Order: sequence, then structure tokens, then C-alpha cells
Amino acid sequence: MSQQLIDHPAPQSPSRRDVLKVGLGTGGALFVVFGIPSIAKHFQQDTNIASIVTEAETAPFAPNAFIRIDRQGAVTLVMPMVEMGQGAYTSLAMLLAEELEVGLDQVKLEHAPPNDALYANAIFHRQLTGMSSSIRAFWTPLRQAGAVARTLLIAAAAKQWGVDPAVCSAKHGVVSAGSHQLSYGQLVDAAAALPVPTPDSLALKDPKDFTLIGTPAKRLDTPDKVNGHAEFGIDTKQPGMKVAAIAISPVFGGKPKSLDEAAARAVKGVRQVVRVDEAVAVVADHMGAAKKGLAAAAIQWDDGPNAKVSSADIVRQLEEASKQPGVMARNEGDTEKALASAAQRLEAVYQLPFLAHAAMEPMNCTVHLRKDGCDIWVGTQAPTLTQAVVAQLTGLPKDAVKIHNHLLGGGFGRRLDVDGSVLAVKIAQQVDGPVKVVWSREEDIQHDMYRPYYYDRLSAGLDAEGMPVAWTHRTSGSSVMARYDPPLFKNGLDPDAVEGAAEPPYAFPNIHVDYVRVEPPGIPTAFWRGVGPTHNIFVVESFIDELAHAAKQDPVAYRKTLLGHNPRALAVLTLAAEKAGWDRPLPSGRGRGVSVQFAFGSYLAEVAEVEVAANGSLKVHRIVCAVDCGMVVNPDTIEAQVQGGTFFGLTAALYGAITLKNGRVEQGNFDTYRPLRIDEAPVVETHLVKSSEAPGGFGEAPTAVVAPAVTNAIFAATAKRIRTLPILLKFPS
Amino acid sequence: MPFTIKVNGTPHSVDVDDDTPLLWVLRDLLGMTGTKFGCGMALCGACTVHIDGQPVRSCITTIDSVGTSAITTIEAVGRTPAGQAVQKAWLDLEVPQCGYCQSGQIMSASALIADNPHPSDADIDGAMAGNVCRCGTYVRIREAIKQAAAANTNRKGG
Repeated sequence: MSQQLIDHPAPQSPSRRDVLKVGLGTGGALFVVFGIPSIAKHFQQDTNIASIVTEAETAPFAPNAFIRIDRQGAVTLVMPMVEMGQGAYTSLAMLLAEELEVGLDQVKLEHAPPNDALYANAIFHRQLTGMSSSIRAFWTPLRQAGAVARTLLIAAAAKQWGVDPAVCSAKHGVVSAGSHQLSYGQLVDAAAALPVPTPDSLALKDPKDFTLIGTPAKRLDTPDKVNGHAEFGIDTKQPGMKVAAIAISPVFGGKPKSLDEAAARAVKGVRQVVRVDEAVAVVADHMGAAKKGLAAAAIQWDDGPNAKVSSADIVRQLEEASKQPGVMARNEGDTEKALASAAQRLEAVYQLPFLAHAAMEPMNCTVHLRKDGCDIWVGTQAPTLTQAVVAQLTGLPKDAVKIHNHLLGGGFGRRLDVDGSVLAVKIAQQVDGPVKVVWSREEDIQHDMYRPYYYDRLSAGLDAEGMPVAWTHRTSGSSVMARYDPPLFKNGLDPDAVEGAAEPPYAFPNIHVDYVRVEPPGIPTAFWRGVGPTHNIFVVESFIDELAHAAKQDPVAYRKTLLGHNPRALAVLTLAAEKAGWDRPLPSGRGRGVSVQFAFGSYLAEVAEVEVAANGSLKVHRIVCAVDCGMVVNPDTIEAQVQGGTFFGLTAALYGAITLKNGRVEQGNFDTYRPLRIDEAPVVETHLVKSSEAPGGFGEAPTAVVAPAVTNAIFAATAKRIRTLPILLKFPS
Repeated sequence: MPFTIKVNGTPHSVDVDDDTPLLWVLRDLLGMTGTKFGCGMALCGACTVHIDGQPVRSCITTIDSVGTSAITTIEAVGRTPAGQAVQKAWLDLEVPQCGYCQSGQIMSASALIADNPHPSDADIDGAMAGNVCRCGTYVRIREAIKQAAAANTNRKGG
């Protein structure tokens, strides 16, 4: 991906939106001013219609880019971030509805069109869903958007009744004052004629008055996910649409050399064989025919320059590079001096493998490319980036590239990258009419963009009492940030690669953290759920456990001593240990391990209980997680994310590894890239600390904290320290 | 060659090679996209449908093997008592996250409940271990199956 495609619009104050507001207008006017799309989401049960339907929306009242209300009182909330399972569509709708004073049963949702000016995430200044940022970025703007709309509706009612707005109140889509009552639908025309107040001028509700935020509200996307009507990108149906199966060069950078096109075309239902730089696509009436045609094509490949790349070489390269100092991420005190005079010294190397995302919905993208425009149906975490890349590729103006976003069948960072849309457009350039490109599971796993392999060196010095006097941590690996968002890769430092390492929660009098960038040949890297913390929390929480052991102290007690200055971290640790029964004795072969984490603005502590049988087989029995994520929008979602994130992280910790041999990824499907299954899933308990702090991010936090809890538990059970993931390299099942 | 298959009580005719997987007939030719593609090798269960009430992976079930059997998909499983109980439990307990695997999960769970009114944890493991969920909704899947089993039994009893 080229650097210039990423726009970095300046941060905007909320009042910027005032400039863009329209008064009384038609749907057409709104299209011009806001570019609001015509894809509306309705919640309809017991019908055969999916909840996302295409409809030309007209709404007289649209005080900002997030809210539209029509004369029947139907409320449409435009979702700036995408729903990929993390619950954002419900939580973001709750922020709007809380201040708008409508019930969630009164709203329908719409996927936002690509528009950084209107829908940028305030943390990235771009319309990206990632880094567990949705609630943190939109906590204030969406409540303000709701308050603006409510203020206007109340003002319209007050004017009509000739009363002071202060005596009016709004509830469940109705404004009341004494015996007066008007529904929002009855007020939209009058409200649209009023000047829009500056969002900052409005007082937002005191949290004690919240009626929706903080409640376990039902998810808005669940009904359609239970009756089969939810529409993911892969479910797109367009008139005249063909489907395409693809084969990408098994070696990154390779090309198709030869193929039997006639054999492919001889398959019933096959329409066309398309060659692009790095891939072959067989276009057909249905995927059964397309896949059969692809197999018949018997493609031969020119492997290109990466034909000899292997994991062992990549690891050797990292090992060598990590011997040299890196770019400093943090340096306090004098670690060299402190280490020299320490009573005890420890050193360790930790390694984490390449990981694929393996979302359940394989990569796919549907494209209808015409001379004057291009429609893209896809589920993407980065709609504006998709639009920019497709515009560059096709030479079309951005406005002519329509991105129809969808529910994502898992994102995990994979759908932050736009390679799938790029490939689909390249194929569509040779196809007349809409074409849906669907990757096989093997293509999805073998042409993922992978969580980097990390090679970390650590050292620590302990004083006579066993307490740390020095801590050094050098992490080496690919920089995803340098590729994805170059302005954030400053002076050679990738802030993601050291997140969770540069600021451990513990008090170390001398600390040195640095980063060595090493780009492996022939394998692209990308963000993966939990990003930097998923890597660094494993390393830090494992090594601190080593320190506790060297100090002959209990792992919980040792951490507590180092967290005196950090009351929120101390509180979750204390709670997790208590709920897990940390001090209760365990039978032989069982062990408990603990980990503590501050990441994405949230504090977590987790205790894992494992059993290692005499034959070496490992079972994780129970995970206890204590959470302080600040104010909670939806506690049921927090619990779901603890359960799900724990299993996502546990899958990787136990089994996850992508390896290369002769330039080829050796894993291909769920037999070789193994997911956790229900019969392996431990009990997970969630305990929430009540907090009035600002909300923290949460979609990724539980993914990161679990691995060291489990490996520390294995150490407690067996005295075997796992320093290289995945665990089952040591404990085969 | 032409085949006529019975899906959710309705006959549909398609003209495809006899080794065409049922999954793609449902999704690409009949437009029934509730049944999902996940792996193509019966490793993940996302494509699960019922054939004469039994859960099968439609990605490896060829069209010529189906004959006149009754095929039920997620779009119609709610018409069966077990399917209805399972869908209600899934709603009550907020099982889905991304939701992509849930059609297959519900089809497997419905077949389990219809066959075994009182599944133990081991029964649930046995029936559901073929269904992968990358979001990790397994805790709630297990709870929801137990709730659905209880509801199904109560309704039958009453």
C-alpha cells in the first residue's frame, strides 16, 4: 500500500459539523451535503427480509451526520464504526439514544458511507475501526450528537406551546410539558428550521441519570444473526452477478506461469478465466463451478524471489538483529549500572510466531466496475482507505467509488487491510458486470497479512530482597505501523511494537526498552486483534513471573508489591486473585497463573487454572478475569468480550503459528491452523470493578491478558517455563 | 444435469454437475445465504443444514447425494420446535458476536436438542465440537443449549 493514499485530515472540533448542517431539507439535499447513503438498516423480525435493506431515505430532520428522524418518528442512527462482533453497533447506538431520549426499540441503524470528515474516529482522525477505540473515540461526540437533536426537538415543541424549553422534557421519542405532548415525528419540520446549537454548549447528562448507558441492553444485531438474515459482504446479491474463485501465487511475489484455460472453461457453469499479476480467477455462475474450474486449470507458478524463504531463516535473522541496540522507546535511570550492582541477574529470550486472522467469513469482495463508476460490496474496517485505493487503481474520482459496507464476519484486524478489494477490482477490470470474488479458506490463511514474528530479549536485576532494580526489554520484529500508517512511525520507533512493553504497570527504578525493526522477506505483516499488547503482555507478564520465582515470592504478592503506585491495577489483581481462590491448595498436576495488564485504557487481571497430566497433555480448566474498564456502556458486551477475547487469545497461545517453508505458508485450513473448539473451552468468569473513570477500550483487551496467565499456570504446575509460543510446541495434544 | 431438491418444503430445480456441493446450490443458485461457507472441508460447521433432520455439512454434500430428502436451512429451522427453542435461547442469552458461524451453530444445536432432549456437557461437546466460532461464543452456546433443552422439554411436557 502506498503511503499517499492515507489521508490525515486535521483533528476537527465538534463544531465543525455545524458548518455542514442543513436546515429543513429533502433527502436529496442531504445526499449533496452529507453524502448519506441509501442503505438503511431496519430491525424486522419474523419476516424474510434481511435487516439491511436498500431504501432511499428521506428525513426532514438531520441535525448532524449521525441522526435522522422522519415525520413518522422513525429514527435512523448512522454507525461511524463497523460491527464485527465486538458490539459496537449496540454500544454506539446506546450513546446516541441516551441523550436523544429514544429507546433502542425505536431506532434503526445504517452503515456509514466512507467519509473521514464526518465519521473519523477521533483517536486516528480517520474512519477506522480498530485498536479498541470505538467507545473511547465516540463517547463524547455521539452523546453530544444526541443532545443536539433532543435540544432542537424540545425547542421546537416549546416554541409551539409558547413555554420555556426548561419546563419541557423528552422521553422515548416524545416531548412533554404539563398536559402538552408531541412526538418527535410531529416536531421534525419545526426542529429542522431552528439554528443548531454548538455541541460544546450543551450540558450532557450526569452519569447518575443514565437510563440506558450501563444497562445490559439487548444487541440490535442479534435477531438477524439468529434467523439467517444478517448480511455479510459474502452474502451480497446483485443482478447479473457472477462469482469468482481465485488462486494466488503460493509464494508471495510469485506469478502464474501457465494454466489450462480450456480445461477450466470446459467445466459446466464456468464463464471466464482471468489472469492478474499474482493470481488467477475463474468466473462462473456459482462457486461450485468456479472451484472446479480452478482445479482443472492446473496452474503452474513462477515462484519469484521468495521461493527459498523459511521460518528458520527469518528467526535467525531476528536473533542476529536483536543483538544490536534498537531505537529507544523508554529509558529511565541507568539500567547498566543497576544491573552491574544487582544481587541477582536474569536474562531471557521470548518468541511469538506469525499468526493468521482466520475470521470465519473468508476474505471476499464484490465489485461492479463501469466506465463512470464502481460499486464495492464488502465488509471493511477501513471504508475510506478502501475507497481511496480503488479510486487510485481505477482512475475514477473518489465520489464515483461507492463503498457499501456490511456486517463483518470477524475482523480481528484483517479487514483493516484492503488487499482483498484491490485484487477483486483487478479481476473486475476484466469482467463485464458485477463479480463476487470469494477466497477459499486455504487462500485466506495462506495469503493473510500476518501478526509479525517477535523476538524479544529481556534482562532484569534484583536486589538482595528480590525486588527489581533494573528491567530491560528489546523487541525485534516487523513494523506494521511503518507500512500502514507511516506518520505514526516516527524516528524508527513503532509505537505498536512496544505498546505494553514501554509502560509496564510495575514500578521499576531503572528501565530501558528499545525496538529493532526487522522486515522478514516474503511475508506481509499486519495488525492482529490485541496488537502490541498481545505480544508484549505475554513477554512482560511471563518475565515478571520469572522475577517472582527468582525472588522466591508468590507471583500475586510480588506483583502487588510493585503496584503500590497503581491502585486500579492493584484492585483488579486483588479481585481476580480473590475470586480465583488463589491461596486455595490444588491437587498435584494443577497450577494457577496470573497476569495483569493495562492496555487500551482498561485494566485487567486474569487467573488461569490448568492441569498437566502425567502424559503431558494440557487442559485449561478455568479463567477468572477481573476488569476495570472505566464507565461501562453495556456490561453484557463486556462479559461477552471477556469470554470471546479470552478464547481468541487462548487459541493463539495454545495452537497458533504460521510457518513458512520454500516460501509457502505451511498451514491451510482449520486442521493445520487449529482453532479452539467448544470441548476445549474452559469456564470463564468475569468480575467487573465499578468505576466512574472514563471508558476504556475493550474489544481486544481480553485477547492479550490470557496467554501469560496460562503459561504461568503451566510453570506453577510443572516448573516448565514457556518462552516460545505456541504452547503446544511443548505440550502436544 | 438437472436436479430437483426439496429445501424448506419447497422444490427447487437446478442444472449443475452432479458433484456440485449443496452449499453453493443453496447460496449462489437459490440465493439462500443464511447457510455460510467457512472451510469447504467439513472442518468448521458453518455450512450445516439438516437433511431429514440430521445435521450435515453442505460444503461436502454433493447435489447428487441428496435425492428427495427434506433439506432444512437456518431460514426455516425456526418452524421446528427444537429450532424455535434454540433460536429463542440464542436471543435470550445474546450468543452471537460477529454472527457468521451462528447459522451452523444453531443448526447443529437444533439437531442435538431434537435428538436428545437432555444433553449432558459431554453430549454438547460431541455434537458441537465440529462447529468453530472464532469470536469464542462457546460459553454462551453451552448455556443456550441447556436453556433450549429445558424449554423444549417443558413445552413437550405441557
